[in-house]
Amino acid sequence: MFKKVLSLLMVSVFILTLAVGCGAGGQNDTGENEDKVKIAMVTDVGGVNDQSFNQSAWEGLQRAEEELGIEVSYLESNQDADYIPNLETLLDANNDLIWGIGYKMGNAILEAAKQNPDQKYAIIDYAYEDTPDNLVGVVFKAEQPSFLVGYIAGKMTETGKVGFVGGIKSAVIDGFDYGFHAGVKYANPDVEIIRQYAESFTDSAKGKAIATNMFQNGADIVFHAAGAVGDGVIEAAKEQGKYAIGVDRDQNYLAPDNVITSAMKRVDNAMFNMAKELKEGNFPGGQTVVYGLKEGGVDIAPTTSKHVPADILEEVEELKQKIIDGEIVVPFNEETYNEFISENIK
Amino acid sequence: MKTKLKLKEKLFSGNLGFTLFSIVIGFVVGAIVLLIAGFNPLEAYSVMISGVFSRPKYISWTIIYATPIIITGLSVAFAFRTGLFNIGAEGQYIIGSLVATAIGYFLKLPPVIHFIFVFITAALAAGLWGAIAGYLKAKFGVHEVIATIMLNWIALYLNNYFVMLEGFKRPQSETSYEIQNTASITILENWKYSDVGREWLSNYPILKDILAAPVNLGFLIAILLAILVWYILNKTTLGYELRAVGFNRHAAEYGGINVEKSMVISMFIAGALAGIAGALQVTGVTKSVAILAAMEGYGFDGIAVSLIGSNTAFGSIFSGLLFGMLKYGGPKIQPFLRAPSEVVNIVIGTIVFFVAIPKFIRMLGSLMNKKRGEKNVG
Repeated sequence: MFKKVLSLLMVSVFILTLAVGCGAGGQNDTGENEDKVKIAMVTDVGGVNDQSFNQSAWEGLQRAEEELGIEVSYLESNQDADYIPNLETLLDANNDLIWGIGYKMGNAILEAAKQNPDQKYAIIDYAYEDTPDNLVGVVFKAEQPSFLVGYIAGKMTETGKVGFVGGIKSAVIDGFDYGFHAGVKYANPDVEIIRQYAESFTDSAKGKAIATNMFQNGADIVFHAAGAVGDGVIEAAKEQGKYAIGVDRDQNYLAPDNVITSAMKRVDNAMFNMAKELKEGNFPGGQTVVYGLKEGGVDIAPTTSKHVPADILEEVEELKQKIIDGEIVVPFNEETYNEFISENIK
Repeated sequence: MKTKLKLKEKLFSGNLGFTLFSIVIGFVVGAIVLLIAGFNPLEAYSVMISGVFSRPKYISWTIIYATPIIITGLSVAFAFRTGLFNIGAEGQYIIGSLVATAIGYFLKLPPVIHFIFVFITAALAAGLWGAIAGYLKAKFGVHEVIATIMLNWIALYLNNYFVMLEGFKRPQSETSYEIQNTASITILENWKYSDVGREWLSNYPILKDILAAPVNLGFLIAILLAILVWYILNKTTLGYELRAVGFNRHAAEYGGINVEKSMVISMFIAGALAGIAGALQVTGVTKSVAILAAMEGYGFDGIAVSLIGSNTAFGSIFSGLLFGMLKYGGPKIQPFLRAPSEVVNIVIGTIVFFVAIPKFIRMLGSLMNKKRGEKNVG
């Protein structure tokens, strides 16, 4: 018996050795087109199919591959401790630009940029006080589309109650939270808003439980800014026949009859634009790039017209213009929200 | 004496060969999965293997990945040998890393002493956390699997609660402040990034490459712990008593061993081990704890590590290294082949499955045998 096992083992080892030999040959072939621009991204723990900003980022890179002929790849992180080794793996793969997706990677990217001054880095959702020359921070004014969807919710609610489901409290999620609150109150100061945080970006069952609870307490529209938790929120709206508002991408396809609009953060546009600028040699190193309504970096979903009446949409368009012109400054945290309320709502 | 000889035989002939064979089968089935998904398995495995061995830095990283799961593996193995199934290594790990970060950040002590203090407090805290499950089992007959699963979640949310507290949470982030340098066990941490260090290291490229990863003392401590676990289990009265309870609690009780006390002690030691894993990860690699959106899996990986290592102390070291290789090298397939992580995880899972399944079947077999034996006694 043991002899048999041993011989089998030897054969397998032999095959495996063969495999390594062949594989090495294959790798050399890919090294030929070195003049091609290479961009890679590291996702945060949400993974590349999170229906949210990681997926959006990857879509942006895929578009860059199609339209600009850039070589793109991604690497997913399973836990926070993976960020640094993942960034290093991509560094060793000779990429021209390495992206970190999500503010959780803020420190890992900064460290990497400091240690490898010749490598270009960029990060979504993080602004540094002092950005090194080989690093770009990209941030979105998430409060602006949140304000607009909040306005729609405030106008469309029939029960006078709407809900907000957040992921884990942070500066980025605060933007969604208070932007939405301000929008609802701007539309109708009497509407009550129920707010709850899921303390997770991945637990969709929890999102469903929270949203179901909100619907049963009389809310008829729930907005979420919680990554994959939001899948559960939309699921709950579908089951209860109520409305949900999506986030980051146009999430109408998840429940065409229930997702009335989405607060879109065009991470894909930002990724694509950066790829273009890199290819043209205009990498904005050392800066923080801000995407708002004005820059086309945030918006409400194009499918909004399916469910939202035309007159409300018109008002939303006017509001959009006012935000772009700076007439309305949308609050993004508790402090600015309180100011906004005392100034705008009697 | 007879059984001892048998064990030895198993370890050196059948068992080891069996394990290696299972690993190979796992790789072969993983290759079939890759083929079905439309990827070249030869290319995938070569990327993985060169991603682990082709540079000294990669080997450093593999060891760093292996260190915490070796120790959580020890924790699970220790409990298992004493008849307890410690699913709570995950929660004990979280408690250990949380306490290590708190002590490492708030206290100001001289180097070495600071680390030792961090080490001991983290081990104590996580040990007590584990002992809760042991106490519940001993006093009220609550099954330790249920108790430790519940305690995992309590630990997770406790961690999130404390990390959110003002004064501990670093502003504009989801993580706590970093521990003081005096508590760090990363080798030459400051020196290697200083100007002198950089200059000196540029003359020794291999050494520079090794140090490019946060190389730390954790692995050495893991080996020492494995020796300690082996010693306690096999060479002390305490270990004898604990194992006796594991083999047959009624017989042990009849033989005059305090079964209840044994259970609490066993879970305390298992918990302390898992907590040490967390403390070493904090002091060696991460330097802080973050808000956890989900379990990170160090404790759960420990169950697989322990299983592959036949629930022995030294087996855990090797299976932990294998697991570290899979965990560090596996995802490297992704950027090269554009394989989705699901495929990568299926391959890793298949390998673990085939390694663990024969052990598992054998273990079930031995449990059944024991049950039958008990019946005969009754």
